[in-house]
Parts: sequence; C-alpha cells; structure tokens
Amino acid sequence: MATIVSPIEHAVGPAHGSSPTALDRHDLSDSDLIDMYRTMLRIRRFEERVKELFLEARLYGSVHLYIGEEAVATGACKALGEGDVISSTHRGHGHCIAMGLESGPMMAELMGKVTGYNHGKGGSMHIASMDHGMLGANGIVGAGIPISTGAALGFWIQEKANVAVCFFGDGASNQGAFHEGINFAAGLKLPVIFICENNGYAQFQSVKQDLPIEHVATRAISYGIPGVIVQGEDILDVYGAVKEAVRRARAGDGPTLIEAKTYRFEGHFLGDPEPYRTREEVAAARATRDPLKIFGAQLQEMGVASADDLKRIHAQIDEEMDRAVAFGESSPEPAGSVLLTDIFTGADEHGRIV
Amino acid sequence: MAVVTMSQALNMALTEEMARDERVFLIGEDIKDSTYGITKGLWDTFGPKRVIGTPISEAAIAGAVLGAASVGLRPVAEFMYMTFMMCAMDQVVNQAAKSKYMFGGKAVLPIVYRTMAGAGRANAAQHTQSLEAWFAHVPGLKIVMPTTAYDAKGLLKTSIRDDNPVIFIENKVQYATTRDEVPTTDYTIPFGQAAIRRTGKDVTIVALQRMNEIALEAAEELSASGIEAEVIDPRTLVPLDLESIVGSVRKTHRVVIVHEAHERVGFGAELVAQIVQHAFDYLDAPPVRVANPNVPTPFNRTLEQLSIPSAAQVVQAVRGLMR
Repeated sequence: MATIVSPIEHAVGPAHGSSPTALDRHDLSDSDLIDMYRTMLRIRRFEERVKELFLEARLYGSVHLYIGEEAVATGACKALGEGDVISSTHRGHGHCIAMGLESGPMMAELMGKVTGYNHGKGGSMHIASMDHGMLGANGIVGAGIPISTGAALGFWIQEKANVAVCFFGDGASNQGAFHEGINFAAGLKLPVIFICENNGYAQFQSVKQDLPIEHVATRAISYGIPGVIVQGEDILDVYGAVKEAVRRARAGDGPTLIEAKTYRFEGHFLGDPEPYRTREEVAAARATRDPLKIFGAQLQEMGVASADDLKRIHAQIDEEMDRAVAFGESSPEPAGSVLLTDIFTGADEHGRIV
Repeated sequence: MAVVTMSQALNMALTEEMARDERVFLIGEDIKDSTYGITKGLWDTFGPKRVIGTPISEAAIAGAVLGAASVGLRPVAEFMYMTFMMCAMDQVVNQAAKSKYMFGGKAVLPIVYRTMAGAGRANAAQHTQSLEAWFAHVPGLKIVMPTTAYDAKGLLKTSIRDDNPVIFIENKVQYATTRDEVPTTDYTIPFGQAAIRRTGKDVTIVALQRMNEIALEAAEELSASGIEAEVIDPRTLVPLDLESIVGSVRKTHRVVIVHEAHERVGFGAELVAQIVQHAFDYLDAPPVRVANPNVPTPFNRTLEQLSIPSAAQVVQAVRGLMR
C-alpha cells in the first residue's frame, strides 16, 4: 500500500500571525526602532534618486529597484551582529544599506566611478564590501545560496558563533542551486538563514505560474528545517522571525527558511514596461503594503516617534542623498589603466606573479 | 626521497598542507573513503570538520568553497570527474572567477578546484573529457596540469598557497601508473615554469600532462632515425611559460602540440596562435596539433584508444614536418 505523506501538516506557518493584533517590539529599544526607520527610508530615498538619475541619463546600466521591500532587508539585518555576513541578489541596494554600506560610495558605484565600493567595476548588481559582511550582490538568480552556505560552513569549521543570511527571490527558489545549497546546509546544520523575498514575480512571470505550491516556505519540509512565513511589509514581523532563526543558527540547530511575502512597487528593472500586471494592482499595493508608511504609523502608535520626529529624519535623509549624488557625480572616472588590474591577487592579468 | 605514485604524491601534498595551515580543508563527494585514494586517511587524521563529504551537489560544493574562502578559509574542493564540473559552471565561472574583478579587487579567494580528466579507463563520454581550454578561456582562473608525481605534489602545494581560484587537473590513468621520486620534505613548484622533459634540436613537441609520456615515447623512436625532439611540458596553462615554448621553437623551427582534449578550439589552438605570433620568422613548417579528433570518448576500448593521441601519431606528425 502506498503511503501518502501530507506536505502541509508540518511546521510551516506565520511566525507571529500575518496581522498581529498587538505590536510586538521584541527587544528593540526606541533608538533601535528609529534607526530601523532611518535605514528603510535611506533605502527608499536612495532608490528614488537612482530612478530619477537613470531617467535623466545621469546613471546607466541594469538597475533593479527594491522599493516596497525595504522592511525585509532592514528587519533581517537588524537581527545580525558583529562578524555576521549576508549574500544578496541583483536587487541588492536595500541589503547593502541595511548592512551599513554608505550611500555615497554606493551611488558612485552605480555611476561606475572610481570612488565606488567596487571602483566602478561591479555596478548595481555586484556591490560587495567584505568589511561590512556584505559578500556580494549577484547577477545570477539563486547563486548566493551555495555561497552563503559556504560562509556558514566556514563559521562551522572555525567554530565561530557567526551566521550567514542569504537573501533571494521567489524565482531563485526554482533554481537547482536552491536545492543543492539548502539541502547541504540542512544536512550539516550550518548557521545560515535563507530569506526568500517573494515579491510575486520572477522577472515578468507571476509566481502563481512558477510555483505549484502556494508558499516557498513549504519547501523547508523537504529539508527537515523550519519554514516560516512573514509579512514582508511588517518590519517587526520580519525582525522577530529572523531573530529566532539567528538564535537557532547560533545554537547549532541549523538553517531556517523564511519566506517574506512582499511586493515590488517598481518594475523588474528600470525601464520595465510591466505588461504582466495592472496599474491598479500596483496602486493597491502602494496604498496598503508600503512598509515605510506602516512602520511610520507603528512608531507613532507606540509613542516612539512623533510625526515631527519623522519629518526631521526625512529632511536628514534627503540631505544625505543630495550629498551621495554630488559625491558620485563629482567623483572621477576610473583610469583606463585599471582595466587589467584586479583579475588575480598578486599576479598580472596572465596570472604571472608581480 | 621515495618512489611514489601520482595519487600518493597528491595525498602527501594534501596531508602536509593541512598540517601546515589549519585554514585548509577538503570538501567533495566520497572524499572520506576516496574513490581514487587521493584523500585516503585524511578524515581519520584531520576529522570531519577538515574533510567534508557532501551530497552529490557539485554547484553546492563549488559555491560553498567560495563562501568559505570569503570568511578566511583555504578550501580544496574535489570534483571526482571533470565532466561533473559542468554541473557547477555558474559557481566556478560566474562567481569564483569573476568575484575579485567585479568587487574591484577586494575579494581574496584562495580556492583549489581539484578534478580529474584524461581518457583511457573505459569510463565512456560522460566520465571522460579534458576541458582545460574552457577554464583557461575564463579570466580569473589559474590552470594547473601536473605530469609527474614530483610535480603533482609541488604544484598542488603551490595551488593551495595561491590566493586565487586554481583549477588543478589530474589525470585518471596516471594516478596509479605514474610513479617517480618525490621528496618527503616540503617543496613547491612555481606556476608559469615549463619543464623541458627532453632536449633536442630538430623539433619541439609541446605536450600536456600524460601526453608527455606519449611524446617521450615518440621522441625515442624519432631519435633512432636521427631526429632529436625537444619535449616541453607547460605544467601550468595559466600562467603560461610562453618564453620557454617560443625559445624552443626558435631553436628547432618546428612544433607539434599534443593534448587529450579535442583538437577544435583546444589549448593547442592558443599555443599555435602564440607561437606563430612570436616565432613566425623561425618556423620552417606550419605548427601541427595531435589531439582528440573532435569526438565524444567512446566506451569500447579499441575505439577509446583510437581517440587518444598515440606515439605513432606524434611520430607521423613530426615526420610530416621534416619533409
């Protein structure tokens, strides 16, 4: 007789309920919460400037905006500590900012300038800063999953208490790298947290077409690890789930797969004509699922910040972005002579020791 | 000094480097029990956190070493067959090879990807292919192909100490059949220094890896009829010791290139281009390649042998140049 194993009855479910009745600020102080708001706003305004500059042809290349998803990166990275690392995606500006990268050198990188984090050699899709624990944005969907698993493997070998967080999208959950990476990490109980930012679309194709199941988190069952669903626009929900996953990872209990249900307000890339969704759908999300508006209201409800406090933060961030744009635009182009540098460590472009 | 096999020499290099540097670890499929004996005994010596057996997941292996290198380790990954690396190409080519450049030089990625190529064990086409040219084509990878047990140990040590991704290609036939004197002490062999396996004045034979054995056999036969061949083993393709190769061709005025990889767009094509560019005026005949005739490797032993360059083919090629 065949045995049917139900895929649903395992521990997949919302961490704190998709719409918590009472606000849970966890262990976050007032200044933590304000700091998180500032980070979310920094991501939002950074990308709004990027979009403006792109449309004015003051910035070029492939640019993928994270607007609408800011609470995921911000909430998740707030749960990390010294020496923890992340891997990111093609939609990586938010993860960079949430890890503490500065808007000036980021803007310069998007402009291909020598003062950029990668000296203009990477651009929007490849920003990395090892000093910040940012192992790299990535132009290949799903590629960060084995890489962050490897960072966690490194911590495991060295018996460090650090964790790796891997951000990826719903599209990446259909890559082979997703299966190979998570399966390997789960087998060794590596300290890695897999965070799927399910924004509803893999490039142009709806997740409804791509996924034969409703939730990416359900896939955790097949790796014997917890699968958790959070509302991606609710930063406190994200923070709580990631904090618990980090605790488990540091305790040696292995990976967690967290699916953040989110929505990208902009197209897949700048210039995307968005034939795959209606304006009404986007407008509805902007009205009801804007993480910045939601968190601003929550801060006021909790008495952490007044409307005036938030206004002041907005003015500060606007000034910061003015400086970032000016920094990028006034920075020099790389010299042609650097074309052939940085291919190897300690060797020329032919691999010969220098 | 002891006479050991290629696989023993590789085992010595791994053992010594793991003892020397605790950041070095091994990862791959079946490396605890070690199908070909290269990592034999290392799990017992260094334990499960230094010798990590993985699921059959080449992309996970290739990417995990990149992540581990990013946090300060010096991984040595094993891909049991070079053909299996095809399952890991994104991580090797798009990630490991390019990261340093894309990141503006910040990443230091000391990774060794060990793998096994060559033909002659009746493994058929999906377990037999020499794809060094694919990797040599990609900026950011160093390519090492040891020919002797002595070189295998010294070059593997250099690879492990190198701060870049290295594709270290071993030959499946040579594991057991190639044996020579290998010091039990520490030594390294620098990249980019070809070995002159035989000196001669009449023709240069540039041979990759096991094809040096074929080339030397051919050279002996040619010598009997008064033709003295110089046999050069590049040992590393990236970096390439072009000076030694070009210097030899300028002396002999003729060159034959021998490799197990397919002839079309094989590394021999690059060598011919470089030789023509740097020694055109010295050539008395067009450079010739002896290689796999652009076929997948057949299972049948007789057919497989026909697909591998032979000493007779090398002799014939040289004689063709001497006319």
